[in-house]
Amino acid sequence: MPATKTAYAPPAWLQALPFAGVFALFFVVPLLFVVMVSFWDYNDYSIIPSFTTRSYVETFEGCYDQLPELCTILRTYLSTVKFCLIVWALTLVIGFTIAYFLAFHVRTVTMQMTLALVCTIPFWTSNVIRMISWVPLLGRNGLVNSALINVGLINEPIEWLLFSQFSVVLAFVHLFTFFMVIPIFNSMARIDKRLLEAAYDAGASGWQTLWNVVIPLAKPGIVIGSIFVVTIVMGDFITVGVMGGQQIASAGKIIETRLNALQFPPAAANAVILLAITLLIITALNRFVDIRKEL
Amino acid sequence: MREGRPASFYWLAAFFCLFLLFLYGPMIAIFALSFQGPTGGMTFPMNGISLHWFGRLWSGGGIVDIKSAFWRSLQLGLTVMVITMVFSVLAGLAFRKRFIGQNLLFYVTIASLIVPSIVTSLGIALQFRLFDEVVKAYAPGFIADTYSTAMGIFTSGLGAHLTWALPFGLLIMFAIFNRFDGRLEEAARDQGATPWQTFFHVILPVILPSLIGVGLFGFTLSWDEIARSSQAIGEKNTLPLELQALTSTVTTPEIYALGTVTTGVSFLVIGLALAGILFLRARQARHGSDAGKGLS
Repeated sequence: MPATKTAYAPPAWLQALPFAGVFALFFVVPLLFVVMVSFWDYNDYSIIPSFTTRSYVETFEGCYDQLPELCTILRTYLSTVKFCLIVWALTLVIGFTIAYFLAFHVRTVTMQMTLALVCTIPFWTSNVIRMISWVPLLGRNGLVNSALINVGLINEPIEWLLFSQFSVVLAFVHLFTFFMVIPIFNSMARIDKRLLEAAYDAGASGWQTLWNVVIPLAKPGIVIGSIFVVTIVMGDFITVGVMGGQQIASAGKIIETRLNALQFPPAAANAVILLAITLLIITALNRFVDIRKEL
Repeated sequence: MREGRPASFYWLAAFFCLFLLFLYGPMIAIFALSFQGPTGGMTFPMNGISLHWFGRLWSGGGIVDIKSAFWRSLQLGLTVMVITMVFSVLAGLAFRKRFIGQNLLFYVTIASLIVPSIVTSLGIALQFRLFDEVVKAYAPGFIADTYSTAMGIFTSGLGAHLTWALPFGLLIMFAIFNRFDGRLEEAARDQGATPWQTFFHVILPVILPSLIGVGLFGFTLSWDEIARSSQAIGEKNTLPLELQALTSTVTTPEIYALGTVTTGVSFLVIGLALAGILFLRARQARHGSDAGKGLS
């Protein structure tokens, strides 16, 4: 049949152009600038476009001489990685349990979606507000302390509830378990329920089914959730700042501190280091899963 | 017949309820405290109930220009929402076909999600600073003399927010189109519809409810964004940035009132979006199929 008229359909690259343009202009080029400026010189007033490794040398200054004592940057990264691991473990266990409940114990799809939505709504509200909302609960005169004193468990208010490592971890878990729940739920929702029945029929116990059937099939969701949580905690400076009472160092906070002092090249050098370490972790995680196939 | 629930169900249900309490409990606490009486402090018990702190907030008493920060954030959020919806749909359509650099664009988009926000923010700040330097040094006098900076809410700030909102938009579009029945399009094409007609009369009505979800992400991600804005927003702060600055200085329930207002806007938008989705779904259910209606 001869075509009566050739209808004009925009080519795919043209449709993708505005989207790609945003990322070229506001992501790719800026990252190149970060790498470039990290090799520039600076003084008290301005950045000087001449090649030097000064920012990197200064960042790692004394790291070799002080051994076996750790220098500031290594200590900071160690502390950040420690936060990362603790938060990752907690969000994974909590997120997996919640997702498991939603996927296998809630019977109707409507109810599943409603409950998943209830878990998602806080994600659409402000993180800072969710952080400061712990203040009336955990502060010196907060609910937790006054309750414990009233019951007679303690005489003095506990100081480490707020503006401490504890409250930072608590806030991370509070804010970012969402990033585990949704991808793991998404993976679990696709598991064919007949597989579980087959495992049951073959005599597997509940834990065996969980370990040998559910977890392997939910792995893509686990990996995607882990990537989100790990990268967020690695680069965070706001949660650590607000919940740590501005007293706890983190990889992200080093950059912020340098920026507040308008020292752009050292800030950029630290950004490059942070980026390299984050990408290293992602690459390691990414060996386990192909993100694109999982959507 | 329904089977009885296993014991593990009740344990997990209890765990789920505790999790919800953990999610929502603290928020409820500050909503309650924002209605403190005028003599109330930062913690319980409440000293009376009043709108005192909201009044103080709106009159601007004590806190720096919150009202204009509020409007700035609202405008920026709506702009990000519209751009995210349009660009994500276009990109979603493009990704159903093939184009050069498709994989590269996908990985760049994912990278934008997982590169730490402060790095992106720093990069944008550097880019605009260097641009400013170049303009001041090399532009003709009549521009350079009055020029100060290109940084601002709707230049660097908008760009920073888009690098955060657009990846979510694209991922949702992938999810939408993975479930999209391609036969609908083929049917439209067989009936002689042009690509534009196919888009406006077939694809768009089908994906519209999900598209509202994209818009919801676009608005809320921008409305609450801090990390990427922190270096790239220019002179005038958005509302979350003002709020973050206030956490270390303000010691009255006024900050809770601000929190309640901000979250109120989020809830309003979420409510509108969900209502919109339900309305469109119901409409689709009514008009979606003419099966059994005979020829007319």
